[in-house]
Amino acid sequence: MAQMSGAQMVCEAIIAEGVKTVFGYPGGAIMHVYDEIYKQEGFEHILNRHEQASVHAADGYARATGEVGVAMVTSGPGFTNAVTGLATAYMDSIPLVVISGQVPLALIGTDGFQEIDAVGISRPCTKHNFLVRTLEELPRVLKEAFYIARSGRPGPVLVDIPKDITVDIGEFVYPDSVDIPTYKPTYKGNKRQIEKAVEAIKKAKKPLLYIGGGVVLSNAYELVRELAKKTQIPVVETLMARGVMGAKNPLLLGMLGMHGNYASNMAMSETDLVISLGARFDDRVTGKLSEFAKYADIIHVDIDAANIGKLVDVDYPIVGDVTEVLEAMLPQLDDVDTDRYEAWRNILKRYDELHPQSYVDSDEVIKPQWAIERIGELIGEDAIITSDVGQHQMWAAQHYPFDRPRQWINSGGLGTMGFGFPAALGAKRAFPEKTVVNVTGDGSILMNMQELVTAAEYKIPVINMILNNHFLGMVRQWQTFFYEKRYSETDLTFQPNWKALAEACGGIGYDVSTKAEFDAAIKDAIKQDKVCFMNVAVNRFEDVLPMVPSGGALFNMMLPQTTKGDA
Amino acid sequence: MANLANERRVISVIVMNESSVLSRITSLFAARGYNIESLTVAPIPDSDMSHITIATKGSSKLMEQITKQLHKLIPVYKVIEHEEMVEKEMVLAKFPIAENLADISVLSAAYNGGVVNVGKEMIIVMVADEPKRVKHFIEAAQRYNPCEIVRGGVVAIER
Repeated sequence: MAQMSGAQMVCEAIIAEGVKTVFGYPGGAIMHVYDEIYKQEGFEHILNRHEQASVHAADGYARATGEVGVAMVTSGPGFTNAVTGLATAYMDSIPLVVISGQVPLALIGTDGFQEIDAVGISRPCTKHNFLVRTLEELPRVLKEAFYIARSGRPGPVLVDIPKDITVDIGEFVYPDSVDIPTYKPTYKGNKRQIEKAVEAIKKAKKPLLYIGGGVVLSNAYELVRELAKKTQIPVVETLMARGVMGAKNPLLLGMLGMHGNYASNMAMSETDLVISLGARFDDRVTGKLSEFAKYADIIHVDIDAANIGKLVDVDYPIVGDVTEVLEAMLPQLDDVDTDRYEAWRNILKRYDELHPQSYVDSDEVIKPQWAIERIGELIGEDAIITSDVGQHQMWAAQHYPFDRPRQWINSGGLGTMGFGFPAALGAKRAFPEKTVVNVTGDGSILMNMQELVTAAEYKIPVINMILNNHFLGMVRQWQTFFYEKRYSETDLTFQPNWKALAEACGGIGYDVSTKAEFDAAIKDAIKQDKVCFMNVAVNRFEDVLPMVPSGGALFNMMLPQTTKGDA
Repeated sequence: MANLANERRVISVIVMNESSVLSRITSLFAARGYNIESLTVAPIPDSDMSHITIATKGSSKLMEQITKQLHKLIPVYKVIEHEEMVEKEMVLAKFPIAENLADISVLSAAYNGGVVNVGKEMIIVMVADEPKRVKHFIEAAQRYNPCEIVRGGVVAIER
């Protein structure tokens, strides 16, 4: 039996879990662990320049790979800085283990230096959290943390370790398995319910596959594609599911919701059977609930029972992992009559022809949608796209030709500005051979711009494509529509010198205002081994359309001017 | 069960008896805007579990959500939404010694209790009964100018 310090146990557990990269920031209460990190060679540590960025980077790593991401922070402000990262991962069900230092056991509760109640603060934004109380329980807690993070509906887990426990020496045996009697996730769907759902699919005339981020988390995209192909049922994706079907798939209608395309939102409004796979009926998806899928029965497959029936009444509830449910469901659909849905497919095709996802391009100024489409043409499937939050995020979701899951990484549930850049660092570290582009805005990028230094130091060459409209664009858009153009605190005319800023931190800057400059910059940036800021001047008052005004019915969309009149 | 929006309900939650488990439960109720009318907690004999009894109000749809959300908490072993139950609540009440002690004694006996302590200036009685009857007891006790009444919260067991 190996005798070692608590700090060593932390490192050994990280190595045993197969983690190759840890993102973090040292400080007083976690110093013993950092001392052991210095001595070991089992994993690399990336020093971000802010704890929030460390958690987002671990999150980006987790989303790109499907593995558990690991971040490490100190007590007090180190931990509180990490909270936004935890909440971001929690809302999108991303498996993370965040290890935080805590003041020594004897100091807990005394308002010690850099003491804060980490488990208290993080309780609502973690799947679970631990305050380690003895050295003896540390190996088990670490094992359980990784297990809880990745199993069932995944999520972030915090392990808060008092400093003296990292110093103490004891026996280390890392458990092989986990047995938590109170935690047994359901993976297999109920057989009878699945049979009923299959019957409903066969009886439906206008069925619709509604695909959410759970399909990505469950790595079920091939099964979903097979289901769509076999049944010829049209598909809508949520923001979190972009890439599941692949942009070229003829059955994919697009993204639904507040900024969904016309055909997708109309499909949801007119369908007679919603087949929801790993989606949770978020308010940005449903719009006005009483009008949502009004004519439909609902099949809801979700690993989290609490999601089922939370917002809409469900006719065929199936609690289980979408992979296992589809494996059971697919053979039962061998005899499905695909012609049955042909009329429905034709209706939706006409909707899409009537109001395709579109925008008015310009020769004078770069349109943000054009910029997204252009990077799609230039790097397409080789890229991983991360994004911040706002207009640029929606344009990327609408216009980028995603062709696989985990290619699109964004903060969907919490909507965290400042997520994209550090998440891109995590994704790039996981897939160094891929081009990683953070599609961002002139508002969001400043919220974690200190990561320029991290990216430069570790030579993590991610491209920050700043769609610069000198506005907090999405808020500006709402002010235009709903606040009589009172642009309260959204005008970002005062700006840094982006090129100089990037260069000052060891990166590269590009100022782009024409399509030719855009192409030249992106082609150059791909070849560089340095992080860059690509400052793209775009049309100031461009709106994200279609748009369902908040609280409105999905079928009441504001549409772009390019479309051919009302349906 | 009728789907009355504000019907009173009792839930038993069996949890691992570990630190901060109670705060996980209460913070879930607070974060999701669920109401707690009363809450009791005590260890289950000869086990590493505790029994939490929560009285709350809401529709059956809300109860379903509460039950599912509780079940998601890692240390929660079992959630029982009571339908056919025996429900009891204990109450301690303190009266001035100058009040009619015979009346107070009879009253507490009528509600499954009795006198538990008599001092120089005060008499303390205990009753244990169904929540509805406890309410009646408290109303009746007002006549004797109680100095203090402490309710214990509901405990329930499924029949």
